Amino acid sequence: MSSDVVTFTQQLINGLTLGSVYGLIAIGYTMVYGIIGMINFAHGDIYMIGAFHSLIAILVLGFFGITWVPLALVFVLVFAVGLTALYGWAVERIAYRPLRGSSRLAPLISAIGMSILLQNFVLLAQGARGKPLPHVTEDQFGKVPLFSGDGITAQITHEQIMIILVTIALMIGFTLAIKRTSLGRQQRACEQDMKMAALVGVNIDRTIALTFIMGAALACIAGLMVTLYYGFIDFYIGFVAGIKAFSAAVVGGIGSLPGAMLGGLLIGFIEVFFSGYVSVDYKDVAAFGVLVLVLIFRPTGLLGRPEIEKV
Amino acid sequence: MRKLALPIIAAAFASALAITPAWSEEIVIGMAGPITGDLAEFGAQLVRGAEKAVEDINKAGGVLGKQLKLEKGDDQCDPKQAPIVANDLISKGVVFVAGHFCSGSSIPASSVYAEEGILQITPASTNPKFTDEAPSNLTFRTCGRDDQQGDFAGPWVAEKFKGKNVAIVHDKSPYGQGLADLTKAAMNKAGLTEVVYEAITAGEQDYTALVTKMKDSKIDAIYFGGYHPEAALIVKQAREQGLEAPLLSGDALNTLEFATLAGKASDGVMFTNAAEARNLPSAKAVVEEFRAGGYEPEGYTLSTYAAVQVWAAAVAEAGTTDSAKVAETLRGKEWDTVVGKLGFDAKGDLTSAAYVWYVFKDGNYAEAGSM
Repeated sequence: MSSDVVTFTQQLINGLTLGSVYGLIAIGYTMVYGIIGMINFAHGDIYMIGAFHSLIAILVLGFFGITWVPLALVFVLVFAVGLTALYGWAVERIAYRPLRGSSRLAPLISAIGMSILLQNFVLLAQGARGKPLPHVTEDQFGKVPLFSGDGITAQITHEQIMIILVTIALMIGFTLAIKRTSLGRQQRACEQDMKMAALVGVNIDRTIALTFIMGAALACIAGLMVTLYYGFIDFYIGFVAGIKAFSAAVVGGIGSLPGAMLGGLLIGFIEVFFSGYVSVDYKDVAAFGVLVLVLIFRPTGLLGRPEIEKV
Repeated sequence: MRKLALPIIAAAFASALAITPAWSEEIVIGMAGPITGDLAEFGAQLVRGAEKAVEDINKAGGVLGKQLKLEKGDDQCDPKQAPIVANDLISKGVVFVAGHFCSGSSIPASSVYAEEGILQITPASTNPKFTDEAPSNLTFRTCGRDDQQGDFAGPWVAEKFKGKNVAIVHDKSPYGQGLADLTKAAMNKAGLTEVVYEAITAGEQDYTALVTKMKDSKIDAIYFGGYHPEAALIVKQAREQGLEAPLLSGDALNTLEFATLAGKASDGVMFTNAAEARNLPSAKAVVEEFRAGGYEPEGYTLSTYAAVQVWAAAVAEAGTTDSAKVAETLRGKEWDTVVGKLGFDAKGDLTSAAYVWYVFKDGNYAEAGSM
């Protein structure tokens, strides 16, 4: 096997991992936009809060000496996802619900305010320094060599496998949930026509709150996986990740669930391959350049439906 | 309106009190650095060093018979914040500033200080531009310069990795890029050309694409110009992908926090810095007092202490806090400080700055010796 193939495969794995994380966060943007037509700019910070709760949960486990992985994982998931979902719900309840029905810009500004608030809250509560994952967990993860050639080996770490598998599973789960369950039906009803949905008995406030909770839970899982994968987090990680994931949602077609995933993978791949074969310095230029191109030729994104003028 | 009148009058009085340090029997000096932000570790070192120096000077009777008062400014190493912090310190009446930390902050702040005729001594900013393109002759440093550091690191790398593949990576900051480019120039002159030259964006978490690229180029050593959070991520991700090339860097890795962040991957990471000041006989008493207070004076703590110390000594000798006279006095002779004898040249740089290699091992670092 030539070294080109090995390098390409390795970059493919890097891109898949990065894209999966972007995709998971992007789903939160896209679901909220689909239902109430606003960009939840605080979503990147919800992801950051999810990462912090995950780290706190892991530290608590370490304190009690619980190292059996399945039990630990369940505990971390319940603790971190639960709390982060609470944040997602609270953000909607405090910052967006009172503004529902007012101008389109009001909740947008409110979202930006929420984002600044959450960032500074964590800055004050947790301090500005990066928080490392304690090394107790470091040895539990290994790597799987795939194949080698010309002296280098393509390999995938257990964290990368976990990120990719979890993302696929959640993606399928959520798509089915929205297609098949009654909550999904209510969400789709709200998306089409909120007033009409209310008239036929859909509890709109509850549906929207649940959408925020679902988005926050996904962001938290992304945060947990990033904490495990990169090994340290700080209060500012939500900003860059939020912007990338938002771009992913827009490229894929905001409002579309598979679109968010596709957009996330696309941005991840562009960043990684541009870094790998052209220049690391200009990878963001490449990623956002593609965003511009997509928006010029398909203003609704790759999988987005054109907005029908409601009369 | 009447309801507002009282608070307004009170506020007016309060502000009048705030801007009258002139009649107090105190000399106000400033200290600035990243007290918050992801380089807060270094800000803490600067704060500790400056506080201790002020405390010791005051205990010994102050300067010109007056006590020193320390004002702190937090620039978060943000070039946009630095001039704001500088103006804030000026409004508090400082006559001298020990700081800032990042070259990217020290340089913009220096033009603000120059306008007001305030003396600035940085304990940590190593970018040559700080003194080479200084807006006044009131800028000094108690640390080396990146070209001195690069001239030390470059030939060493060229010799040690002769005929091998070296990657040069920097974070686009004035410090990181400056150091990487000067090391690269010195390395090229010594006969070794790098195989990979890349710039990363600080503040991101994923550098796996860069690591794979270096793996593909069969890199034997990575020289990184930048700060410890990114260095930790790069070296961790390199080890995860099986790239075992040693990471070499500059003085900004001069903190144990790097080992905390990088974990086991920090083993074997090397960086250049001035010879360990904590071992000097001149630092013994101060280091012991720091340790007695439960603080390990690592990194830039002692060079910050020295910055305040040397300023106070020059003021005492000049008999005034007038910056131009103090600057002239500073250049005039060699000064005894905690970090040994310091002399300043016409630009305000140290007349001699010797660098050594340090290596991380088991979560700690030590001088690498002659190797």
